[in-house]
Amino acid sequence: METTKYLVVGSSHAALEALTAIRMHDTDGSLTMLTRDAHLPYSPTVLPYVVSGRSAPDTVFLRDEKFFARHQISLRRGTALKALHPARNTAELADGSQIAYEKILLATGASPAIPPIPGIAQVSYHVLRTLDDATKLNAAMKASKQAVVMGAGLVGMHAAENLVKAGAKVTIVEMAKQLTDGYFDATAAALIEKAFTDNGATILTGSRVVKLAPSSAFATPGATITLESGATLEADLLLVATGVRPNMDFLTGEGAAVERDKGILVGERMQTSVPNVFAAGDCAQAKSFYSDTKVMNAILPDAAEQGRIAGMAMAGDPGIKDYPGGIPVNTYHFFGRHAISVGSSKVPEGGEVVTRFDEASGRYLKVIFHEGRLTGIYGVNEFFDAGVMSQLILRRIDLSPVREHFLAEPMKSAREIMSLTWR
Amino acid sequence: MGAFNTIAFDANKCDGCGDCMTACATAKTGTTEISRSRLQIAGNAAEGFELALCRQCGDPKCVTVCPAGALGKDYASGVIDWNGDKCVDCLLCTVGCAYAGIALDEASGRVAKCDMCDGSPACVSACPHDALKLVTTSRIYNEVGDWEDLFAPGLAGCQGCNTELLMRHTLRRVGPDTVLATPPGCVPGMGSVGFNGTTGTKVPVFHPLLTNTAPMLAGVKRHYKRIGREVTALAIAGDGGASDVGFQSLSGAAERNEQILFMVVDNEGYMNTGMQRSSCTPYGAWTSTTPVGQGTGSGGLPSQGKTQDAKNLPLIMVNHRCEYVATASTAYMEDLYDKLDKAIAASKRGFAYLHVYSPCTTGWRFPTDQNMEVARKAVETNFVMLWEYTRAGGLRFTRPVDEPLPVTDYLKAMGRFRHLSEDQISHIQGKVVENLNFVKQMAHRA
Ligand SMILES: Cc1cc2nc3c(=O)[nH]c(=O)nc-3n(C[C@H](O)[C@H](O)[C@H](O)COP(=O)(O)OP(=O)(O)OC[C@H]3O[C@@H](n4cnc5c(N)ncnc54)[C@H](O)[C@@H]3O)c2cc1C
Ligand code: SF4
Repeated sequence: METTKYLVVGSSHAALEALTAIRMHDTDGSLTMLTRDAHLPYSPTVLPYVVSGRSAPDTVFLRDEKFFARHQISLRRGTALKALHPARNTAELADGSQIAYEKILLATGASPAIPPIPGIAQVSYHVLRTLDDATKLNAAMKASKQAVVMGAGLVGMHAAENLVKAGAKVTIVEMAKQLTDGYFDATAAALIEKAFTDNGATILTGSRVVKLAPSSAFATPGATITLESGATLEADLLLVATGVRPNMDFLTGEGAAVERDKGILVGERMQTSVPNVFAAGDCAQAKSFYSDTKVMNAILPDAAEQGRIAGMAMAGDPGIKDYPGGIPVNTYHFFGRHAISVGSSKVPEGGEVVTRFDEASGRYLKVIFHEGRLTGIYGVNEFFDAGVMSQLILRRIDLSPVREHFLAEPMKSAREIMSLTWR
Repeated sequence: MGAFNTIAFDANKCDGCGDCMTACATAKTGTTEISRSRLQIAGNAAEGFELALCRQCGDPKCVTVCPAGALGKDYASGVIDWNGDKCVDCLLCTVGCAYAGIALDEASGRVAKCDMCDGSPACVSACPHDALKLVTTSRIYNEVGDWEDLFAPGLAGCQGCNTELLMRHTLRRVGPDTVLATPPGCVPGMGSVGFNGTTGTKVPVFHPLLTNTAPMLAGVKRHYKRIGREVTALAIAGDGGASDVGFQSLSGAAERNEQILFMVVDNEGYMNTGMQRSSCTPYGAWTSTTPVGQGTGSGGLPSQGKTQDAKNLPLIMVNHRCEYVATASTAYMEDLYDKLDKAIAASKRGFAYLHVYSPCTTGWRFPTDQNMEVARKAVETNFVMLWEYTRAGGLRFTRPVDEPLPVTDYLKAMGRFRHLSEDQISHIQGKVVENLNFVKQMAHRA
C-alpha cells in the first residue's frame, strides 16, 4: 500500500497554507495532496470574476506544477477521498486504492447546499463553487435574457451583478427579510439593494421558492419558479446560491468516529476527536473568538489561518500558537462601491452601537463597542483596514481613551494604535 | 533566500511635515494628494507620528489570502509585487495585512502598496529630517553568506557573547589569505587556536604572548613580503593585552607603520581569566579585582568598583598617526563593515587599528539576550563614540549622536554598575561629556 507522512485532502486555501507550514518545518517528509478537482489549485473566491469574464480561467491558478516539484509534493488531481479508516491511519480513495498516512488534513471545504424544493431535480440550474461551474455559468450568462438568482448571500449577489452587467433581466429571490443577511446590517443592505435596483435588478426579499418546474419558454432549458405568494417567474438561467454545506460525507463507517456537528469539530490546533486527523477551513467547525462555542466561519482568511495552524501541528512546529477563534470578516465590491464588515454583528449585552450615515455620499459606518473594546465595525464606502481592525478586536484593545477620534476617523485612528502596539 | 533592503522609520525624527507622502503620491499617481500616498504618516505633534507602510513581510499574509494570485513576493528584490491585471479588487489583502501596508486607493478604486520604487524610494529622499532611511544592511548579509566561514563550527563562547559573531564576520571578510594572531584572551579561549593539535581556523593561526603580539605578527608579515606572497596579517586581541602589558610593543609596531591589521575586542577587562580589571575598565565598574563591599578599599573605606577612569586606547593610537584608526560596535554592522573594508585596505599600506566594543554578558552581568541592546545603548548615550581617523581626513564621527540618552540608561542595563552612588553616576556622566568634547575638538581640528 502507498504510504505518505502527510496527506492533505483538498487543494484550496486551507490546504495550500498547510503545505507551506509543513514545508517550513519539515523540508523532505513525504507529502501528498489529493483533490477531487481536475484543475491546479485555485480559489472559489475568484470565480465571480471568471463568470464575468474579467479573469481568464487559465490565469487564476494559485500554484503551478513547478511549485509541487520544487517542494517534493505529490499532487493528485481528480482524486477524491471516499472513506477514512482512522484506526488504521488509512484513507480510501474513489478508485478503491488506499493510502496510509501518519497525519491527515481534511481541508475539503464546502459545496453548494441545494434546498429540497419540490421539482428541483427536474430543472437545470447553476451553482458556483468550482472552476467548471464558473466556466459553465460564464457561457450560459452570455445568452441569458432573464435570470433568477436564488439566495442573496455574497455568492448570489456577485453573480447577480455579473448577470445584470451582461444585460440580463435579473430577479433575486431571498428568504430572509434583507439582502446579505449575516454579512451586513439592514442599513448597509438597503444601500446595496438600491445599487442593484438602480441598475435594473428586481429584488424579492422575504420570498420563498416553493416549487420548481422545467420551462419550455426558451431555446435553452429554462425553469418556472413558483413563490410562496403564488407568483411565478420564468428564467432562462437559474442560479442556486442558498448557502453551503461542508464536505464531510466521507466520514461514514469507521470514519464516523471523527466527531461532527455542523462541520468537523476541531480543537485549538485543528485536531479532530481522532488521533492524527486534522481539519481546517470551510469543512471545520472551530472555536469562535466571541464565545467557547464552535462555529462555522466559512471565509477565506480563516481557512488560510486554520490551514497554517493545522500544518504546523502536523509537522510538530514548536512555533505554533493556539487558534484565537474566528471572527467574521467580509469585503464586498458592488457596482463600484465597497462594503466591509469586521467582527460580530451581534451587539453583546451592555454593548453600545454607534452609527453614522451620510445620505449624500452614501457613506455608512457602524461601530459596536463592548466595555470600551471594539467587537464589530461595518462600513459602506467608508474604507478602513480590515486587517488592522481585526487585530483591535483580537487583541481586545481598550479604545475608550481614543473613542471620539476613532469614531471620527476610524482608519487613521486604528493605524495609530497599530503603530504604537504591534509595530 | 537572502536578506533585503528595507525602509526604516525613526519616529523621533519625524515632525509630520508629510513631504514623504507628497513624494510618494507624485511618484505613483502623478498627483500631490497625500491620501493617495502608499505610506501614511499618522499621529500628531503631541503624541508623536507613526507610519503605515508595507513591510514586505517574509511570510506575507496578503499573498496567502489573495484569491487571484495577484500578489507575490519577489525573492530577488524582497518586494511584494502587485499584478494589476490579475487583481479582482476584492480587498481581501487588506484583511490579511495587520499593518495597513496594502489599502484601497479610493481615487482609482484599486488597492495600492509600496513597491520600493525599484530600489530608490521617493519617500526616503524626500524626507528632510532623516526620519525615513533605506536600510541596506542586507547587502552585508547576502555577501557574507557567500564567503567562506574560516572558523571551525562551534566556538566555545559564553552564551550571548558577540565575539563569535565578530570573529566570524571579520575573518570571512578578510579572507583565506590571512595569518591570524590571537594572544591570550577570550578569542583563543573560544577556540581560535584550537584543541588537541588542530586549529580552530582554516587559516594559519598562532598564539603569541600578551606582550609580543604586534611584533611577532609584523615579523610574519615581513617574511611573507620577502618571499613575495600577499597575505593579510591580522591580530584579534583583547583590551587587556593591547592596552596593558602588550602596549609598548603595539605602540612600537604602530610607530614603525608595520603593515598589519590590529583589531581589539574591548570587553573592558580580563574576562577570560575571571573578570579582572584592565586599564580599559571604566570608572565605577565592578570586576573581581575592583570589588564592591565593605572595608575592602583603601583606608578601610568600602570599595565601590574601579576608582580610576578608563584609558582611551583608540585615541592613543590616533596619536601614532596610523594609516587608519577606527572604533566600531556590533550593534552597527554597516558601520563596522565599512570600517573593516577601509582597515583591510589601509593594512596593505601600513598600520591599521580597529577598536570594537564588545559587551560581556558574563563579566558585565546582563541577560544573555541583551548584548546588542547594551552595545547600542553605549553608543546612544555617547558612552562610546563611533569615529574613524585617517591622516588625510583627520578624525570624523561616523555615527554622531545628537541627542544622547542619559548615561544611566546604559549603566542600568547591566549589573556591574548596580552599586553606583549618585556621585559616581555624576562622575561618569561628566566623563562622557568630557570625552565627547575632547573627541569633538579632535574632529574639529581635522
Ligand atoms: C463565489 C464565491 C465567492 C466567495 N467570496 C468570498 C469572499 O469575498 N471573501 C471570503 O472570505 N470568502 C469568500 N468565499 C469563501 C471562500 O472561498 C472559502 O471560505 C474558502 O475557499 C475556503 O477554503 P477551503 O480551503 O476551506 O475550502 P474550498 O475552497 O472549498 O476547497 C476545498 C477543496 O477540497 C477539495 N475536495 C472537496 N471534497 C473532496 C474530497 N472528498 N476528496 C478530495 N478533495 C476534495 C476541493 O476540490 C477543493 O480543492 C467565496 C466563495 C465562493 C464560492
Ligand atoms: S484586492 Fe487584488 S491583490 Fe488584494 S486580495 Fe483581492 S485580488 Fe488580491
